[in-house]
Amino acid sequence: MLSVRRDICAYCGCCVSVCPQGALELIDAYLDVGSSCTSCGICAKACPLGALEVKDEGPL
Amino acid sequence: MKDHYDILVIGGGPGGAIAARTAAELGLSVCLAEKRAAIGTPVRCAEGIGTEAIAEFVVPDPRWISAELHGAKIVAPDGSSLTLSSEQSGNKVGYVLDRKVFDRELVWQAAAAGSDVVVKTRATAPILDEGRVRGAVLDFCGTTKRVSADVVIAADGVESKFARWCGIDTTVPLREIMSSAQYLLTDLPLDPHVTTFYVGTSIAPEGYLWVFPKGERSANVGIGISGRKSGTGHRAKDYLDSFIASRFPKAKQIEFIAGGVSVCRPLPCTVADGLMIVGDAARVVDPITGGGIFNAMFTGRMAVQVAAQAIASGTPSREALMPYDLTWRDSPMGKSIERNYRIKEVFITLSDEKLNAIIQTVGKLDLKEFSTFNLVKELIFRNPRLLLDLAPLRDIFK
Ligand SMILES: Cc1cc2nc3c(=O)[nH]c(=O)nc-3n(C[C@H](O)[C@H](O)[C@H](O)COP(=O)(O)OP(=O)(O)OC[C@H]3O[C@@H](n4cnc5c(N)ncnc54)[C@H](O)[C@@H]3O)c2cc1C
Repeated sequence: MLSVRRDICAYCGCCVSVCPQGALELIDAYLDVGSSCTSCGICAKACPLGALEVKDEGPL
Repeated sequence: MKDHYDILVIGGGPGGAIAARTAAELGLSVCLAEKRAAIGTPVRCAEGIGTEAIAEFVVPDPRWISAELHGAKIVAPDGSSLTLSSEQSGNKVGYVLDRKVFDRELVWQAAAAGSDVVVKTRATAPILDEGRVRGAVLDFCGTTKRVSADVVIAADGVESKFARWCGIDTTVPLREIMSSAQYLLTDLPLDPHVTTFYVGTSIAPEGYLWVFPKGERSANVGIGISGRKSGTGHRAKDYLDSFIASRFPKAKQIEFIAGGVSVCRPLPCTVADGLMIVGDAARVVDPITGGGIFNAMFTGRMAVQVAAQAIASGTPSREALMPYDLTWRDSPMGKSIERNYRIKEVFITLSDEKLNAIIQTVGKLDLKEFSTFNLVKELIFRNPRLLLDLAPLRDIFK
C-alpha cells in the first residue's frame, strides 16, 4: 500500500505527473491517493523528498 | 462566476493567465479557475527567463524582476568552468523573476482585460457530452458548480490531470521527470548577474544544479535529477543539501520548495473536441534547460487565438482546434523543443570525463544569440571530436 508521509510531503505534484494510473491528486496541502493505485512505487522513486513509501501489507 | 463562458481556463500559472488575458482582449467571455488559494504561491520555479522571451508578453517591471543577468557559467564535475556572455545582446541576456509577484501581475492583467478569475476553485471533472468536452465541474470550498464552455483550456501545470480526465494520457516517464528541490538562500557569496549551472553524475545525475541570483547576496539554489536516478538516500534534496553544505555552509534559508519538471517530448496531440492543452500540462518544457515559463505563455496565447476562430466558425471540434497543435509544433519554440530533446538524450550519456574535457577546452564563449543550441554548436566547433559522440545529431549540426 502507498503511504504518504504528510510531515515530509511538500505538495509539489512531481509524483502526480509520473503516476501511470492517474491515482494521485493534489488537493490543497493534501495528496490524495485514489483507489486505482497499484502500489507500483514509481511515485515513491520520483519524490524529491522521500515522502512516499510502498509498504508491505504484511500477512493477511 | 457565470454558468457559461466562451472559454474556461483551468489553472492560473503563466500559461492560464496569458490565455485568459488574450481571450478577454479578443472580446470573448472567459473565466480562469485556480485551485490554490493564492496565485503564484508556493513558487515552483528557479525563475530564470530570457529578456526577449518575456518582453513578447509583458513590459518588464522592476516590481517582479529580482535580478538582471549578464551571463552564465557552466561548471564541470572537476571544477573547471565555462563562462558565457553575449555582447550582441548588450550583455543583458535574461532575468531572474520574482514569480510570486509576476504570476499575480499576469492574472491581474487578465482580470483588468475583462476575464473572470476565481481562486481556491478546483476543477474536479470535465463535463463530457458524447466524448466532447463542454465545460468543467468546479469545486469551491465544498460547493460544486457546473460551468459550461465552448472551449476548455487545460493550463493545470505539471500535474496535468484535466486532460487525463478527458481520456488523454499525460503520464511523464519516470526517467523524464526532473525530480527537483530548491532553497532560496541568503548571505552567500555570488556574482549577482551570473547564473551558474553545475553538471556531473555525482552532482546532479542526468540533470543539473543551479545557482540563480536573486539580488546581491541571495539566490535560488536548486537541483533537478532524473526520476530514475532518485531513490532512498540519493534524492534531489540529498544531492542539494550536500552541495550547499560544502559550497555555502554559512548561507541562511528563506524558502524551500520541491517540484517536478518534465523533460519528455510534448504530448502527441494537444487538442480534442472542446479542449486545448497548454504549458506544462502539454509537456512543452525545454528538455535541456527545464524552462517552461515562456513556452506556457506562448502556447496559452496561441491556443486562444485559434479557439476564437473556431468558436466564431461554429463548432470548436478537434479539427477546428487542430491549427493550434500544428502551429506551435512548427514554430521556433516547437522546433527547438524537438531539437533540444534529441540533444538532451545524447548529452545525458556523456561521462564526467567527457564533460570535463569539453568544458576545459573552451573556457570562455561569446554567443551571438544566447541559446542552448548556439552553445552546443560552438562547443562542437571548438571540440570537433565531440561530433563522434554526437553522431546521432549530425543532421542537426550539419
Ligand atoms: C524547480 C523548478 C524550477 C524551474 N525553473 C524554471 C526556470 O528557471 N525558468 C523557466 O522558464 N521555467 C522553470 N520551471 C518551469 C516553470 O515553472 C513552468 O514551466 C511554468 O510554471 C509553467 O506554467 P504553466 O502555466 O503551464 O503551469 P503552472 O505555473 O504550474 O500553473 C498551473 C496552475 O494550475 C493550477 N491547477 C492545477 N490543477 C488544477 C485544477 N484541477 N483546477 C484548478 N487549478 C489547477 C495549479 O495550482 C497551478 O497554479 C521550473 C520548474 C520547477 C519545478
